[in-house]
Amino acid sequence: MRIVIENGRLLDPAKKLDGKQDLYIVDGKIVSLKMKPDGFESDLQIDAKDKVVLPGLVDLCARLREPGYAHKATFQSECYAANSSGITSICCPPDTKPVIDTTAVVDLIHQRTRDANRANVYPLAALTLGLKGEHLAEMDTLRRAGCIGVSNGLAPIENTEVLRRAFEYAHSCGLTVYFFAEDYSLKNNGVVHEGPVSTRLGLPGIPETAETVALSRALLLVEQTQVKAHFCRLSTARSVSMIAAGQEQGLPVTADVSICNLHLTEMDIADYNSDCHLQPPLRNERDRKGLIEGINKGVIAAVCSDHQPHDADAKAAPFSQTEAGASTIEHLLPLMLHLVNRKEIKLEQAIAALTSQPANILGINKGTLAAGSDADICILDLDSSNNVDQASLHSAGKNTPFKGWELPGQVTHTLYNGNVVFNKN
Amino acid sequence: MTGNKIQLDTNGNLKHFLTTEGLSQSLLRSILDHAESFASVGERAVKKVPLLRGKTIANLFFEPSTRTRTTFELAAKRLSADILNLNISTSATSKGETLSDTLHTLEAMHCDMFVVRHANSGAAHYIATQVAPHISVINAGDGRHAHPTQAMLDMFTIRRHKKTFENLRVAIVGDILHSRVARSEIHALSTLGVLETRIIAPQTLIPKDVENLGVQVFHDMDEGLNGVDVVMMLRLQKERMRGALLPSEYEYFQRYGLTSKRLEKAKSDVIVMHPGPINRGVEIASDVADGERSVILQQVSHGIAVRMAVMAMTMGRSPEDSGTLA
Repeated sequence: MRIVIENGRLLDPAKKLDGKQDLYIVDGKIVSLKMKPDGFESDLQIDAKDKVVLPGLVDLCARLREPGYAHKATFQSECYAANSSGITSICCPPDTKPVIDTTAVVDLIHQRTRDANRANVYPLAALTLGLKGEHLAEMDTLRRAGCIGVSNGLAPIENTEVLRRAFEYAHSCGLTVYFFAEDYSLKNNGVVHEGPVSTRLGLPGIPETAETVALSRALLLVEQTQVKAHFCRLSTARSVSMIAAGQEQGLPVTADVSICNLHLTEMDIADYNSDCHLQPPLRNERDRKGLIEGINKGVIAAVCSDHQPHDADAKAAPFSQTEAGASTIEHLLPLMLHLVNRKEIKLEQAIAALTSQPANILGINKGTLAAGSDADICILDLDSSNNVDQASLHSAGKNTPFKGWELPGQVTHTLYNGNVVFNKN
Repeated sequence: MTGNKIQLDTNGNLKHFLTTEGLSQSLLRSILDHAESFASVGERAVKKVPLLRGKTIANLFFEPSTRTRTTFELAAKRLSADILNLNISTSATSKGETLSDTLHTLEAMHCDMFVVRHANSGAAHYIATQVAPHISVINAGDGRHAHPTQAMLDMFTIRRHKKTFENLRVAIVGDILHSRVARSEIHALSTLGVLETRIIAPQTLIPKDVENLGVQVFHDMDEGLNGVDVVMMLRLQKERMRGALLPSEYEYFQRYGLTSKRLEKAKSDVIVMHPGPINRGVEIASDVADGERSVILQQVSHGIAVRMAVMAMTMGRSPEDSGTLA
């Protein structure tokens, strides 16, 4: 299959490329930019006039809900929702049911990935067995089965000795640890940021220190063990400065943030809006600004959807009884463009945080339009916009906190391995 | 802000009573005025008015309570409504039925009002968003969030003794962090225009950024009580001693217990209030609880009048609609 994407504005932060060029694809690979290869005859021409051609986006955290939660969503539904926002690579945390701590689960995920045939799916292996924070999981066996890194998901590792050993062992296996910093005892069953809103609504609060204390413990252990660590879903401004200090000190640490924390704050919870029940919680405007600044300064390298599709019942209860998480995968790109339009982030920076930078964290050869790369491509119409309408979401999870928002940008085509997996028209 | 949109109908009348936050001063005052009219009903030989005759009220208690449930029940009976008591913590939900299913089942029985007590903050609000449009919801306490009828009976008691709110200094003492009563009192006092609301407690029992609600925080009891017109004590749950919030009942009483000596710091005509049940010797000394400054038992009888007022108002009735009252 030979495809040419013509007349588009190619934007690839990895290659510092921003200009009008044609792009040629042969058998799932990008073979050339600008110059038509000798003897190239296209089977398919895509006209990208007045559109932007991006590398397929890389989402560092999305839950596809299989195995275990197929009543919430499936690979089929969520990979299509991802494609509709230009996403072609997805990293999945290990908190499936059963947990990704045996190769059988990894095999099943690979099977589902092949069946869906819409995106590259990179599972993270459990750091501890059952994510219980007690015994090490068979990290190397899981790596050989195809896991790209290790993580304890959102589950705590209360025992610091276990955490140290887990870091050491992961380091020995050459694995990056994807670490969500939250101190279990300081969280103390909290459901929202501890601040004026938790006080007014009488909801148990999660103090800033639940994150910063856990982060500081982990950073010291990274220093000791030298494990490569990626810190997931920072939510406070203070965490950004702690990561920055670690990076300046030369620690092998990177970080990401969920798109929700770049747009929303505790104020959006308003009347117990359970779609704003998130983990980590929405914090305040100062934190939101600090996270944005973290991206602009390069401290936070990636923005992820932290997609958590839920069935309607999961959100239909008094706030603290609802399940945390938002369905965000198909608005990741429009929400980033919204920040660009509001001049909070530059376009190149925004695209880098969705393509080359998360690809670098995962250590995969994705997120670029360079010749020789896999033809994972997103074609974007920057001039159109869309209203977020719950009913028309592609995701099986309708739990979006962005209901009614007018968001810029419309993906017109998404290519995965040289196949058109999404076509708006 | 919480409440306003959902609590009022399109004409600005009270439809649900979920929180004292965000309601206007005139609305809070009219609750007190209505309660004043109903207060006399309990003192008569025939303690009934036919205002809610033919209406069915369901007391939905997802959390055990005796006094609140009883006063709601009495209030409903004095308004001639039929009342259904459901102790749900031990029935439907433990069988796995969801809250929404329970509500819709009760709706199908043609109830007109739900009086709700629930352990989760925001539960009454959630229920109000779920019920059919003809049903009113009254919050009888949701988690740490609100207990608006308790707050209004406290306001009623204050007004009976102090006539006006304008120049009052009020101190709320105890476990503010876990208290729905305190939150509702703070909003009501602020709307009714008191001079100053103080909260007195150790830092462990004070929620973060509580100053945003318009209160002054004191950790020292003597300092906080200095010159106040009203002292509102809160019940201290025994389970607070189990965690790391407080060392012991003994130490709590030494530092924050209301004794007659401490009360001397307040104005000479101070009134002492408590939502009950009282822990004698933990948050309050017996001689103060039973003393001449205490209005604790009056609060209980005022509770019935205030709950009658709120029930009638959310059903679109006022005392004037009842021939026997006017």
